[in-house]
Amino acid sequence: MTLTLRGITKSYGSLRANDGVDLDVAAGELHGLLGENGAGKSTLMKVLSGFVRADAGEVAIDGRVLSMASPRDAIGAGIGMLHQDPLVFGPFTVLDNFLLASPGGARLDRARGREQLEDAAQRYGFTFDPDAVARTLTVGERQQLEIARLLWLGARLLIFDEPTTGISADQRDKLFDILRRLAADGLMVIFVSHKLEEIEQLCERVTIMRGGRVAGREDMPVPPERLVELMFGEILVIPDRPPATLGPTVLNVRDAGFSDRVEVTDVSIDVAEAEVLGLAGLEGSGQRTFLRGCAGLIAADRGSILVDGTDVTKRSYRAFRDAGVHLLPAGRLEEGLVPGLTIAEHFELVSANRSFFVDWGAADSSARERIASDSIKGTTASTLESLSGGNQQRLLLAMLPSHVRVLLMEHPTRGLDIESAAWVWAQLLERRTNGTGIVFASADLDELLRYSDRIAVFFEGRIIEVVAAAATDSEALGHLIGGRRK
Amino acid sequence: MSRAQRPAWLGSASTAIVSVGIAFGVAVLLLLLVDAPPLEALRLLWDGSFGTVAKLSDTLMTWIPLVLAAAGLIVTFQAGLWNIGAEGQIVAGAIGATWIARSLGGPSAVVITATFVAGAVAGALYALVPGYLRSRFEVHEIFSGVALNFLAGALAVYLIIGPWGRAGTASTSGTDPIREGAWLPTLGAQRISLVAIVAAVVAIVAVAVLMGGTRYGLRVKAVGRSTASARLMGISPQRYTLSAFAIGGGLAGVAGSVQVTGFHHKLVPSISGGYGFLAVLVVLLAGFRIVWIAPIALFFAAIQVGSTQLSLRLSIDSSLAGVITGVLVLSILLVGGWRSRRSLALAARRPVVE
Repeated sequence: MTLTLRGITKSYGSLRANDGVDLDVAAGELHGLLGENGAGKSTLMKVLSGFVRADAGEVAIDGRVLSMASPRDAIGAGIGMLHQDPLVFGPFTVLDNFLLASPGGARLDRARGREQLEDAAQRYGFTFDPDAVARTLTVGERQQLEIARLLWLGARLLIFDEPTTGISADQRDKLFDILRRLAADGLMVIFVSHKLEEIEQLCERVTIMRGGRVAGREDMPVPPERLVELMFGEILVIPDRPPATLGPTVLNVRDAGFSDRVEVTDVSIDVAEAEVLGLAGLEGSGQRTFLRGCAGLIAADRGSILVDGTDVTKRSYRAFRDAGVHLLPAGRLEEGLVPGLTIAEHFELVSANRSFFVDWGAADSSARERIASDSIKGTTASTLESLSGGNQQRLLLAMLPSHVRVLLMEHPTRGLDIESAAWVWAQLLERRTNGTGIVFASADLDELLRYSDRIAVFFEGRIIEVVAAAATDSEALGHLIGGRRK
Repeated sequence: MSRAQRPAWLGSASTAIVSVGIAFGVAVLLLLLVDAPPLEALRLLWDGSFGTVAKLSDTLMTWIPLVLAAAGLIVTFQAGLWNIGAEGQIVAGAIGATWIARSLGGPSAVVITATFVAGAVAGALYALVPGYLRSRFEVHEIFSGVALNFLAGALAVYLIIGPWGRAGTASTSGTDPIREGAWLPTLGAQRISLVAIVAAVVAIVAVAVLMGGTRYGLRVKAVGRSTASARLMGISPQRYTLSAFAIGGGLAGVAGSVQVTGFHHKLVPSISGGYGFLAVLVVLLAGFRIVWIAPIALFFAAIQVGSTQLSLRLSIDSSLAGVITGVLVLSILLVGGWRSRRSLALAARRPVVE
């Protein structure tokens, strides 16, 4: 069995998401589809799985051209797609979920279903219990259930669209093991990702997409530089962190405790001018509470917070802002920007101008300047919803006042494409050279190690270790995050 | 003009035309069912609201409180507040104006100005109650609004049969008329008052400027659309919640004072006339945009006033006005819902890349 895609073209309005894409996959092959966000990978896979109809081009299996009008046609031809977030019915057992997809008539043959499921589980190393309630499954196990279901429906080609999003390293290794077994069994596997290391680790061949076209095809292994070049068109140079000249302390937290959903106790830390402090830790270990406490949104139960030597412990959020402390939260749409308002209105909301009447003419032209200088893709009249995540983050950063003493951030680049993430950090590092102390929480160890001067590791509401970023690596950091001290 | 964001279908001209068509279609059907000639009924409806100068003046006197209350509601709705307490705020304003008219003597201009101020202050204070409950204790304004509407009505009845009652009779038909010095001057022999029209027009223009051209209006909209974001920007949601309630209640209170000084010339139990609820519908149909308030309110007022003709001439119950209004609202929601579903379906066929 072989899969052949020829000249797949799909436009959304003026945007060519796919432009004459060819793809070949052979039986038993683990084929990687690599590309940046927006390269056209998902569109191509939606065409292949029948969710989207191509404007032009054809899909053929073993040389026979398929008519693909719906996902049903695709699965009928043996093509199955796993979604980024597998759908399961939470209150049902694994077996019932499996049977929901069962081919055949009205009679539900539980015994046969169980047999099928256990058979697949043994063959590919699935770890779930057929009688467990689906709600209790990990994301990885839900994926296994979905695979079992697709196999039962007769899938011979399985598409995995960014399957490692939101799963742990252990689950990822397990998933990769399953994918290898599927390929060894003669199935075709297409693995879609924008993560180089995953493609390197798993795939035998890779097709690289850029701007809706195929930028290249390679047999693995290939030097990573080559893949990066194909992905981005040029070698991406990761700028070295400019050496920091740390100034006096801007933020001084002493024995502070904050009560929120996650309680934080006995935190003491200093942040110097131009310093970048990374906050590491599992989600819910207190980083969020700590950042909110430092921003003045949650009052400290005990201890003290000093900004530039001035005690602001019991002061209002407003007083923290006046002292130069600003928080950029993770949920840009929920607590940062205002849905329904335009870019110009956003800039006007945080404008230093205090006049009662708004001069919309002047507001419009100053917003236009900011849009150009901060390279936001949009117009002054664009509403927030019409902006991409990257551009929303740019807007949020552009709305900060020019003079910030302490900048607190949660996941500054989460969900952003590489270009926007690089832009965000370029902005942050520039602010740092102007003396801003930066504190940021991130789940991305590379980001923490690359940009921090020091990293504070949170565990169960406390800082258990503060390490110099230059003196540690992701492995050591990973141990600390799990609560294991050196 | 207001730069309000709203569901795309609300306030759009084609939605309005189709919905009005449906509403009249249903009305015609109902008329045929009760063996009334539909064309004749529509003609009576038109004549009853715009046919003579007297009818037109009655329609405008209904239009004025509707516009005043609706303009105020624009501010509270833009602040994200479901202020359905306008009814009670109108009553509060009427009580305040009656109190001034009963107790203050002196030149007519002074007394009338004082009744306007008293109406606005009483309405604003009454609206601050749900505002305070909301911002301090997170009590939803719909529930407090309903309760306060009942309380205001009860207070009016108490005043009418109690302290402000007619000497010797305990009647719920109303207080003694206020003295003529407190009556709004009318145009000739008509009921219409130029002062009241000016008040309504000023309210529309003021709210339009406030919401579209001032920093205050922009912040109200920010709080209404995302309280958390506004708070992080250093905007105090409490402040804008309370002030939006005060402005909305103030304008409803002015509507109440006009009801007393320009229409009933006394306090009656049903002084608010249901205009507080009708104004919510006006604002909803206007898609929270001030430009549409005047024409929609005029349409509602015409149906209210014109339908009284129907009962006189065709012996059809004047509740037809309520039926047409209700069907109109439902058909606008229906047409709008259908349109947004269609645009959603179109969007689904046009998925976002990656």
